[in-house]
Amino acid sequence: MSLIEITDLRKSFGETEVLKGITLNVAPGEVIAIIGKSGSGKSTLLRCINGLETVNGGTISVAGAQLQADEPHLKALRLKVGMIFQQFNLFPHLTVGGNVMLSQTVVKKTPTVEAEAMARKMLDRVGLGHRFDAWPSELSGGQQQRVAIARALAMQPIALLCDEITSALDPELVAEVLAVVRELAADGMTLILVTHEMGFARDVCSRVVFMHQGRVHEMGPPAEIFASPKTPELRQFVGKQ
Amino acid sequence: MTDFTTWDILRNLLLATRWTILLSLVAFLGGGLLGLALLFLRIGRLSWPRQAVRGYVEVFQGTPLLMQLFLAFFGLGLFGFDVPAWLAAGLTLILWSAAFLTEIWRGCVDAVVRGQWEASASLGMGYVQQMRYVILPQAMRIAIPPTVGFSVQVVKGTALTSIIGFVELSKAGTVVTNATFQPFTVYGIVALIYFCLCWPLSKSSQVLERKLNVAHRDH
Ligand SMILES: Nc1ncnc2c1ncn2[C@@H]1O[C@H](COP(=O)(O)OP(=O)(O)O)[C@@H](O)[C@H]1O
Ligand SMILES: [Mg+2]
Repeated sequence: MSLIEITDLRKSFGETEVLKGITLNVAPGEVIAIIGKSGSGKSTLLRCINGLETVNGGTISVAGAQLQADEPHLKALRLKVGMIFQQFNLFPHLTVGGNVMLSQTVVKKTPTVEAEAMARKMLDRVGLGHRFDAWPSELSGGQQQRVAIARALAMQPIALLCDEITSALDPELVAEVLAVVRELAADGMTLILVTHEMGFARDVCSRVVFMHQGRVHEMGPPAEIFASPKTPELRQFVGKQ
Repeated sequence: MTDFTTWDILRNLLLATRWTILLSLVAFLGGGLLGLALLFLRIGRLSWPRQAVRGYVEVFQGTPLLMQLFLAFFGLGLFGFDVPAWLAAGLTLILWSAAFLTEIWRGCVDAVVRGQWEASASLGMGYVQQMRYVILPQAMRIAIPPTVGFSVQVVKGTALTSIIGFVELSKAGTVVTNATFQPFTVYGIVALIYFCLCWPLSKSSQVLERKLNVAHRDH
């Protein structure tokens, strides 16, 4: 049984069709890497899965429920699927703890005491339990991104979408964030990652999806994709990395 | 004819300054409340209230305050309403301030980066929750300096109400000049009083802006 089922997904911005019929099924616990050139539609695909973009055709369903564009359905979807962004997007007016607690108390109506316990637990999980009272601006980029992960985890999603979450980081901070993702994968979290970290994709992912011009151009286990790419586009892309 | 000492002049002008201050407060607070209500329509999701508020703002920003005062004072008179000067002055300044404040604040809401909307949406928040817990708290910080700065415009704007006969500082200046024939002294003092009202406001706006910028740079 697939957890996320994407069937013939189409998305246009004005006249340009950016996603030209994407079909992708993700099983529970799978870790999927999406790779491809800039502009190939990777971010748009993730944003469609999270309902941040309205789609022009095809269907997306998560845990059996089909994506619909009204607020109650979107909310239900987003409780199941969390998203982490390249730019962290922490709330600058709240402390680290406040960031992780806010949506629990506001969206799930969790009592403050429980929300705080959950926040501390998730911050511990990403190694930042001791920064509960810090402000986002006091943290390094890597730490901010780990807080963003804790914030998403606190909603207890069944899957996480990560859009180039290490691309805005200084090279020396990339490893700490990838270590957290690696642990999530080991714990059985379903993950869809857009990434340029080919080594990481090879080690951690169960499947690699190569996107090219708005289509899934090639897909398979990392060993196959990286060792023997079938299409010239993927061969060129892998060769450049 | 009696002789006026400088003290007499000053005393009369200071008494009238109370009305300038009161009118400024009424205009700023009333305009702030109305502006806030209009802001929610302006950034809301319903299309026709958004358009209506945009039209309202354009009308008040696109015509001189003096014309708005004339229309309120004489225009309503044509329809048989006897509008006292204080009412026309107060109402017009409230409507005028509301238009400018709505527009200033809308800019501040727009200035909150898109990532904040997306992050809060991806956490399951609805529009009202996003506004209340994520966007407005940030927009409010951004809004403080320009809002304080705008209060200077309100104080200066009250001077125009002298033309429809409301006796505030400027009108008192004219009255005192007519009695004393010392226009330079009188208007010199009037200008000085305006400066004493406005300068602390514009200065604090600058200080706030610098402070918030420093805080922002740290983020
Ligand atoms: N909001 C938008 N409006 C118009 N075009 C967009 C928008 N978002 C993305 N695009 C276009 O869609 C294409 C795919 O973008 P994106 O999904 O961000 O690619 P990737 O993440 O693979 O780099 C690009 O050509 C981009 O310019
Ligand atoms: Mg992208």
